[in-house]
This record gives sequence, structure tokens and C-alpha cells, in this order.
Amino acid sequence: MNWILSPLEVRPDHRNRIGPKAYALSVMSREGFNIPDTLFLTVDAYSAFVDASGLRERILLELNRKEFKDMRWEEIWDCATRIRHMFLKKQIPGPLKSYLTEKIGSRFSGKTLAIRSSAPDEDVSGSSFAGLHESFVNVRGTSSILDRIRLVWASLWSDAALLYRQEIGLDVEKSAMAVVLQETVTGDRSGVVFSQNPNDKTQVIIESVYGLNQGLVDGMVEPDRWILDRDKKTVLSHKPAQREHWMVPSEHGAEMAALPENLSGRPPLSSEEALGICDLAYRAESLFKAPQDVEWTIKNDTLFVLQSRPITTLSPSETEDKRAWYISLHRSVENLKALRTTIEETLIPEMAKTAKDLAEQDITVLSDQGLADEVRRRWKINQHWVNTYWEEFIPYAHGVRLFGQYYNDAMRPDDPYEFMNLLTQTKMVSLERNQLMEELASLVREDRQLFERLKVGEPLDLDLEFGEKVNQFIEKFGDLSCAVTGGTECATDTRPLFKLLLEMAVIPSSLSSRKKPKDALALQQRFFERFQGPKRKEAEELLDLARSSYRLRDDDNIYLGKIEAQLISAVKEATSRVESSERRGTHKSELDDLKSVIHDLDYGNRQRKLTDSSNEYGLKVNPRQLVGQPAGPGLSRGKARVIRHHLDLQDFKNAEILVCDSVDPNMTFVIPLAAGVIERRGGMLIHGAIIAREYGLPCVTGIPDATFLIHTGDDITVDGFLGIVTISQRDKL
Amino acid sequence: MTHYEDIKKQIRELLINQKLGVLSTHHSGQPYASLIAFAGREDLREIFFVTPRTTRKFANLSADSRVAILINSSLNMDSDFHEAVSITALGNAKEINKAEKYEILSLYLTKHPYLEAFATSPTCAVVRVSIKTYVMVKNFQHVMELHID
Repeated sequence: MNWILSPLEVRPDHRNRIGPKAYALSVMSREGFNIPDTLFLTVDAYSAFVDASGLRERILLELNRKEFKDMRWEEIWDCATRIRHMFLKKQIPGPLKSYLTEKIGSRFSGKTLAIRSSAPDEDVSGSSFAGLHESFVNVRGTSSILDRIRLVWASLWSDAALLYRQEIGLDVEKSAMAVVLQETVTGDRSGVVFSQNPNDKTQVIIESVYGLNQGLVDGMVEPDRWILDRDKKTVLSHKPAQREHWMVPSEHGAEMAALPENLSGRPPLSSEEALGICDLAYRAESLFKAPQDVEWTIKNDTLFVLQSRPITTLSPSETEDKRAWYISLHRSVENLKALRTTIEETLIPEMAKTAKDLAEQDITVLSDQGLADEVRRRWKINQHWVNTYWEEFIPYAHGVRLFGQYYNDAMRPDDPYEFMNLLTQTKMVSLERNQLMEELASLVREDRQLFERLKVGEPLDLDLEFGEKVNQFIEKFGDLSCAVTGGTECATDTRPLFKLLLEMAVIPSSLSSRKKPKDALALQQRFFERFQGPKRKEAEELLDLARSSYRLRDDDNIYLGKIEAQLISAVKEATSRVESSERRGTHKSELDDLKSVIHDLDYGNRQRKLTDSSNEYGLKVNPRQLVGQPAGPGLSRGKARVIRHHLDLQDFKNAEILVCDSVDPNMTFVIPLAAGVIERRGGMLIHGAIIAREYGLPCVTGIPDATFLIHTGDDITVDGFLGIVTISQRDKL
Repeated sequence: MTHYEDIKKQIRELLINQKLGVLSTHHSGQPYASLIAFAGREDLREIFFVTPRTTRKFANLSADSRVAILINSSLNMDSDFHEAVSITALGNAKEINKAEKYEILSLYLTKHPYLEAFATSPTCAVVRVSIKTYVMVKNFQHVMELHID
């Protein structure tokens, strides 16, 4: 069994053991192309590692917690994070480690390496995996090299790779990863060449930057671009870049730096050099008998080939696939910083203003036709923000994961989510709201007379302080009525809010039960102590970015909920007009448009319909233990309170376990009362998990059909460590 | 996989595809486990096995008819942890009467033809377990129950 092959040892039957990227390099090496000194780790090395370390089955257990198709992208993020952490924590076992150390040490003694992925199933699928797996440059020392090899292997299980493999129908369980180890050539100029422009077969395209190729490949450095005529071998055009940065080797890989002034004024390639690179692309195309995308670098005027792969012509179906979106989830720090500015300074204020403007508009005075137009307008506005949510807010949530990865790489903690302790206790809109509720509850707790009056539901002639605070609360956050909170079934007054306040008032201050940032400061200190100089600043910036990203996971939902609530209120007004006309038995043609807009939107009929056929023929199905994702550590037992409709919240009792389809930020009124949280939607970064962590509550997310399988009153246990919910006793009622 | 039809289907598949299960009985509170070759009804309500009357398991179930049977699809491989499905059937065991013997033995021997001499021996009893509950485990920790009235 060969764990390592040199390019000259590679035979055609090795192709599926080293992957197409490595195989192409071996062929080029044999044909006299100038490639850096290279070794290939075969998939056998990967297999030896996952088998000896027990990771093969641990990965599959992780991925098979539930049906892959039932997992939301956030759950897949979490799976990928846990799997990467397994690779990070597991050392390469003895015999393999000795073998690799000896081979790599003798071949590359003292040199730095580029470590790249080469996935054999890229061949099987005929699809490009470009950008899906990790690669590292300028890695020095055997221990660091072995560390990075593990991370390249782990990237086989990155969320983007998992999602893409699933989309193109590959069996992830059979996937394996080969690795290319290549001496780092610290090129002074680098780039890519397409031997055929995918959009114009008569052209060749060259892109080039100063410094390492990483800057171009990661999209961090804008390249100069040349277009050449394929037949005439002449330069048709040259588009210079704003040359401001370059990627240079650093202690731990590569980093962006300002481009020296003497270079920024001139292109990285002369026309003659561009033609030379064009020739290289022709030779590669002729060798592989297909148009090629070749990565190259120039060091001291010597041209090296780093890799070559066929250009995949995009078919209509491929252009519609989501690879680009999956990759877009992995944003660079610079990109996230820019996104943060846009979101915090433009998008959130715009959302808040939109929600406020819509709320202030009196739709009852509109004509029937005017109302139909208004419903359509609101639908468009809502749709715009839903799209913005996907395009801007969700990728921004990657700030949390980026920090998590950074933290885990530096600290190697046992718990891959230890970093979350540094993110909680941030200022979030829903926490501010819950604090106001606690203040109201405390007034009720201290004033027996007020307590009794609220309890019997007397017409309220509220005392000044309490009444004023209630009004402030409603003005800012709404009561439990749908016009403000986004529910589709509405309370007609503030009684649901008072019911919850009464419940809160009978227990000691629930704020005191809120999780204390135990050791968070000490943890933060230990984290920062790992870095010095500019690295320390980078760590601080990343933590700040992650906190903003974490907070936004709450706030964006609140504002989105408010906008949708305004759409729903317009739909309700329309429905009410149509129903009232039908009751009167009158037909007004002006109502036809209202009917059609209600029909088109189909609001109010969106409740998932689940039929329980389990009582047929005397057979009955009960859940006993349900597996989801561990999303908030802790263990608690209590009665379930299942929220199927918004108004179910008003019956929430102290120490019950909240079970819901998805914790809408507008539902977190009750969290201070809850003993645990169970949610159908999965993931660590969904709203329910975030709020549960803030209150230190055990939380399990991603339980399919949770609100169907669990009944209000069931005696249940939430194991937030393992992600398991046990139904001890079914409620007899 | 939580829906009724899926659960029934998976239990039925295990009853059809698996040949052996582990029977649990007890004697004065001391649990006792033994391997049995079983056959099950399509409607999931009954499981049958054959045992000599001299065995410990027969003595135990004669004294207390409450039994459990574990049946699973594991292959003694690592992949069992994420692939195997297991059911525990809870019910009451009783030797069948002579009138039913022909029909039930025929069902049993269709599944286990090599056990003909054993199953038809006059010293063996054909035992029916009337199932009250199946507890099905899959995906390592996902547990659903099917109750039969």
C-alpha cells in the first residue's frame, strides 16, 4: 500500500488514488513541464488515518444523526464544524506519522510547502470542485505540515463540500481525499491562464498579480487581465488592475501587504511574457486534449506550473447549481468587514425605517383596489428583505464561524463550541425586550393589588408607573398581537402579555437565572495571550466581528418579522373585507382583485399539515427518544409546552420546556420562564439556540416534526450535551 | 424516519430479513438472555420460536410469560453504529396449542427449513409471543415506539 507517490512513480491506474489534480501534475512533470518539487499523498493515507483513529465511523455517525436531506444548511455547518474539530484533535497515528515524517523530511528538508487537496470524485462527477476544499501555502516544519494535511483531509467534509456533493448526487460516504505536497515557489508574479475563454472560443485569457497566487485565487487581489487571440497569438487587450496589494509569505502561510510603489505603476507581465504563458497553456491543452485552466508562478524569470485542470464548460443546469452560493458562505475577513458596514449602517436602519413607515400607514382608509395594490406592494417589500436576508445577512453569519475556526485552531479546546462563551452576553434586541418584561413583572410581583386585578382580568385602569411602562413596552416591541409580532392569529388586547407577566411574577426574578459569563473573561484573556503584535490585533478584530455577526442573527430576524407582520396585517384587512361582504351576501366587483391577491399569497394556510394515521388497526406510534443537534449544553426535565400557534405562548408556565417549529425572535417573551428549548429547525446559530445559550438553557434543535411528535404536557428530558430529547411519559390528556 | 408507515415497514423488514434474535426472560429477577431463531407475522402482532421444553428459557417463560426479544440488522462492523436498525419487542410468551401447530410450524419452517427435524421433535414447544410494544432504534439514538392494542 503506497501512502506517498512521487510524480515519476505515478501510473495511469493511480489516477483514482491521487485525484485528477495530482495526476495532471504527474503527467506534466513527465512531459518536461517545469513544476515545483512535488509528492502526492494517496487516498490510502487518508484511509489509514480515518480507520486507525476511528474517525471514519465517527464522521458517518455525525452525518447520520438524521436524514441529510432533512438537514438545514445551518445544521450542515455545525456537522462540518464538529467533523473538522475531530480532525484537528486527532493526531496521525504512529506508523503513518513515522512514514510521512521520514518521506516528507527527506524530500523537502527545511523547505516550505504548499499543501493542496486533490479529490478523486471530481473525476467521477465530471464537475468542478474548485474552491470547495482547503489548501495552504508556505507551511514550514513537519509538525505544521502534518497539521495542515489533516485540515485538507477535513475539508472533504466542509459544509460547502457536503452540500455540493449531495447536490450533484455523489455518495459522501465513499468520498476520500488525496493531497498534493509541493515545494513553495515564492513567485514574484503569479496568475492563471485559460487556454480558451469559456465565453469566446477564439480567445485566451490571462490574469496576473504580483506576489503569490493565493491573492488571486481567493479573490483578495484584483488581477491585471489580458485577452489574446488564440489563432494569431497576439494580445487583443490588456486591462490593468488597481494594483494596491499583494500576497506575500508570512510566518504562518501568506498575508496581504501593500504593494511597493515601484511595482504598482507597471503590469506584472510584459506582452512577451504574456505570450510565453499563452504558449504554456497551448502545450497543456495539447497534452490533455482539452482546454485547460493553468495556475502558474514566475520566480526570478523562471516560469513554474502549479496546477492544470480542464475548463468545465457550464451547461445550463450547472449554471443554476448552488456551488457559488455554498462557496460564498466562506467569506474573507475583509469581505465580512465590508458586509458589516453595509448591514449595520445601511440595511438594518433601512429595515427598521421600512417597518416603522408601514406600521404608521392606516390601511383601513384605503379603497378596496387601493388595499389590493398595497398588499402587492408590501409583498414586494417583504420579498426584497427576504432576498437581502439570504444574500447579505446569512453570509454575514459566517463571521461567527470564521471566529470559531480561528479560536479552535489556536486553542484546540475539547468543546468545538467553547468559543461561543466569548460571544454571549452581547446586547441584543430581544434581550432588551425581555429585560423590560422582567421590570414589568417585578412591578406586578411587588404590588399585590395590581397582581389580583390582572388576575381577574378586570378592565384596566392601570396605575401610572405600570401603565406607562406597558405603553412603552408595546410601543417598542408590541404586545402579543400579530400586527406587531408577526403571528397569524392575533390577540385582541394585551391580556396575553399580562398572563405571561403574572406567570413571571409568581417566581423570583427570572433575570437572576440568566447565565453569568462564567470564566468568559478568563477565557478571552487566555485566547488573546496566544497572540502577539499584529496577530493579537487580528484576533481582537475577529472577535469583534463575530460578536456583531452573532448579535445580528437575532436582530435581523426581529426586523424581518416586523416587516412581514405589516404584510400580514394588510392581508388580514383584505380577508376581513372579503368575508364581511360574503356574509352580507353582496358581490362587489371591486373585491375581485382583493380575493385574487389573498388567493395568490395564501397566507393563513401555511401551517404544515401533518396527519396522524397512527391509530389505524389498533397500532399507535409514540416517540421515545428523538435525536437532533446539541445546541445549548445542559440537562433539564419538565412538562412540554408545544407552540403550534402564536397564541399558545400565552399559556406558557414557569419551568416548562418550549417546543416549537422555530423560535421566532418574536416568541422569546417566554424564554425567561422556560427550563429548556426544543426546536424543529436545526443549528447552533439559529435564534432559539442563541437565546437559550444567553439564558444558559439546555437546547436541542433540528428535531424533525418536533411539534407533531411531542404534545403539550408530555414529561420530557432535554439533553443539550448529546442533542437528545426523551419523552418519559405521554400526557394522558 | 418518524412516521407510522415507515416505522411499520422497518419493523416488518427486520422480522422478515433477520433470522436470529435475542430472547430475554428472567428467573426470580435474574435476567437471562438466549439466542432464538424466530418468525414473525406480517401484521407484526406475533413472533414465534421453537425451544426444547427442557431449556432454561422455557422454564423461565413458563413461570413468567413477560419477555423481550431484541432483533437487529447489525453486521458486527463499525458502520453498524450509523446503519443498523434494532427493535426490542415486548410481549407475553405462551406455548401454542395443538390445533394451531400446523399453520404456525408451516410459517416457521418456510423461514427456517433447515430446522425441520428440530422444530417437529415431540420434545420441542412452539412458543408464541404476543407483542404489545416494539421499541425501534435507528440512527444510533433515535427511538420510536409502536404500541399494539
